[in-house]
Amino acid sequence: MSQNVIHFKVDGREVEAPRGRMLLPELLNMGIEIPTLCHIDGVTPYGACRLCLVEVVKDGWSKITTSCNYAITVEGAEILTSSERVKKLRRTVMELHWARNPESEVVEKMARKMGIEKPRFPFDEGNGNCILCGICVRVCDEVVGVHALTFSGRGVHRKLGTPFDEPASSCIGCGACYWSCPTDAIKMKERGGVREIWGKKFEMEKCGVCGEYFAPKYQLEYLAKTYKTPIKELRTCPTCRGK
Amino acid sequence: MSIHPKGLFYCDIKPSDVPEIVEKTIKNDEVVERLLYKDPESGETEMTEEDVPFYKKQNRLLLAQNGHIDPENIDHYLAIGGYKAASKALFDMKPAEIIDEIKKSGLRGRGGGGFPTGKKWASCAGAKGDAHYIICNGDEGDPGAYMDRSLLEGNPHSIIEGMIIAAKAIGGNPVGYVYVRNEYPLAVKNLGLAINVARKTGLLGKDILGSGMDFDIEIRRGGGAFVCGESTALMASLEGAVGEPRAKHIHTVESGLYDQPTNLNNVETYANVPLIIDKGADWYSKIGTESSKGTKVFSLVGKINNTGLVEVPMGITLREIIYDIGGGIPGGKKFKGVQTGGPSGGVLTEEHLDLPVDFESLVDAGSMMGSGGMIVMDEDTCMVDVAKYFIHFLEEESCGKCTTCRDGLRRLGQILDRITDGKGKEGDIELIEDLCDVIGDASLCALAGTAPNPVRTTLRYFRDEYEAHIKKKKCPAKVCKGLITFSIDKKKCTGCQACYRSCPVNAISGKKKKVHTINNNKCIRCGVCLETCKFDAVRVK
Repeated sequence: MSQNVIHFKVDGREVEAPRGRMLLPELLNMGIEIPTLCHIDGVTPYGACRLCLVEVVKDGWSKITTSCNYAITVEGAEILTSSERVKKLRRTVMELHWARNPESEVVEKMARKMGIEKPRFPFDEGNGNCILCGICVRVCDEVVGVHALTFSGRGVHRKLGTPFDEPASSCIGCGACYWSCPTDAIKMKERGGVREIWGKKFEMEKCGVCGEYFAPKYQLEYLAKTYKTPIKELRTCPTCRGK
Repeated sequence: MSIHPKGLFYCDIKPSDVPEIVEKTIKNDEVVERLLYKDPESGETEMTEEDVPFYKKQNRLLLAQNGHIDPENIDHYLAIGGYKAASKALFDMKPAEIIDEIKKSGLRGRGGGGFPTGKKWASCAGAKGDAHYIICNGDEGDPGAYMDRSLLEGNPHSIIEGMIIAAKAIGGNPVGYVYVRNEYPLAVKNLGLAINVARKTGLLGKDILGSGMDFDIEIRRGGGAFVCGESTALMASLEGAVGEPRAKHIHTVESGLYDQPTNLNNVETYANVPLIIDKGADWYSKIGTESSKGTKVFSLVGKINNTGLVEVPMGITLREIIYDIGGGIPGGKKFKGVQTGGPSGGVLTEEHLDLPVDFESLVDAGSMMGSGGMIVMDEDTCMVDVAKYFIHFLEEESCGKCTTCRDGLRRLGQILDRITDGKGKEGDIELIEDLCDVIGDASLCALAGTAPNPVRTTLRYFRDEYEAHIKKKKCPAKVCKGLITFSIDKKKCTGCQACYRSCPVNAISGKKKKVHTINNNKCIRCGVCLETCKFDAVRVK
């Protein structure tokens, strides 16, 4: 038995996983349905939405934890993904989300799927679709690497935006935040070869092959500089590049 | 004021008393009787500080030197045997011996968690890294609590000495930080002066006292966020990031500040260390209970005669603290509850007064030791209102990352607002309980984990008060403005017009020497009429 492999149970099934692996991807790989709004492959787990919670039972104690940022390290633990306690807590968490973001179709659909007809809390107004999951912030930090987005304010005053709510000088207009947002909360407009996002306008580049606009010129310049690639190699859109 | 060598203790001194004190006591060794402490009940006078009941039952080990030594003068600290323990640790003890001594003493973390300090040091010492960080948590943020502030202000060298000993025990290129909140300007100043002079004296910096060990301490000022008292949030803040807790699947003793092994202890914990090394674990472990050793400093505030910092041996009962040291409840009112552990703790009641105060017994009763806040409440306190106050405090202090804490506390606050406004409805208590579970069980850090305590304990011990608010629309303590009305007793009113003149919204009408009336539509329930009336004619229902 290798120390680097942890043996544990999931809803009665014996399973194993490499030590330190995060639990949520393992559960999803096993085909178990776990609701989540703040998890996305490729960025550090964050644990903001609290929906992926599970119960960990070991030697008579049990604790609730989010599975996205729970590292598998405990040999012989049992994970319960849909115990009564888990289901009840998850429902209340979902009610909190729905009441906070009544405008979000994604959130409402998820809540209804859990059998919630109406949250027990009054609906908020004015929060738009943003559920403060931080996927955009993490993608901008960890994948794009430009740190143009951040949370500001504490507690109930927390909100997403660019630093000091001014157009971020570091934003390259790549739109990764827009594409990765699970609730379509981020606005991005494109018209006449100009992309507008976070209060900044970017002139778009046409693909050298198909002639369609596909990326901001500034983004291509940034990539060429950062990865020391000749810019002309970047002037082909991903679709044509794949051909 | 204490005058030594006799230790004469004078109270309520005014500048005009000074000539008499100098003339009689200092020159002629006479006692100024009228300035001595007089027991409010028996009227007996006490000569020295030790005889005064407030001090008699205390065991002041950590606070012993506060006020007796000049915190700005290192010679004072040296004169009372300061840095003797550090020198012993540096020259006569191996790191493992220091850790063993701390383990044997039974010292547990004074910041709230109560984790065994020796065990923490051993884990940190055993962890590999480029540098080991020794951090002191001085981010005391509980409303009404100022234990750590007082130690940093009054005896900063004891903290520095504790950290030097920790540095020797943990080893591995130790680097020290004290994270102290910026709202404590005197603590920041005195600690800064102490660190500078310690550096000049060779107690900090390169090759401390010629021992070969390098160790220095820097102060980092916190912006006053309650959540930054949480270990991982504190470390994030120290690194210059937003003070947000992170998941602790790797313990901070292995990977903390800058991903290096980090030992974080509270101010009061470090202050205990020199005493243990100097006098030995055997001496120390004789104080306290089986599981909780030593003394604990509490900040005794609220509806109590003697407020202030009290240092007592663990295991003392709440009754002794509140009645013997605190002198009981003022104005002949009845004791109702005591909030221990700050906003994250809970309310304990009459039935817990004989509970020995230690880490376990407080948790068993639904509260916790916390860092030592103790707020006493009398019969005029509404428990729903108290819970509401703490929940709103925590709502403001939540970092906002976890939905359960951020929105859960906000919803809980909204429901409590509604209940105290007289708009509570059937099912509210169940909803409150569900929210408490979700905030406490399904959030990431300890702030949220303990946040439901004020609500849970008040629901557990004062459920009838919640029910009275919701079902009968009554506030039994007559505190919640949405549930009380003011009226004037026709038989007692003399028509003196005092209330008429003091009412800020002109809700009272009535001619001179005629019975007055209160217009409830205009009344804002501020209670000024109640305070103004000399004839006890204002009624609250």
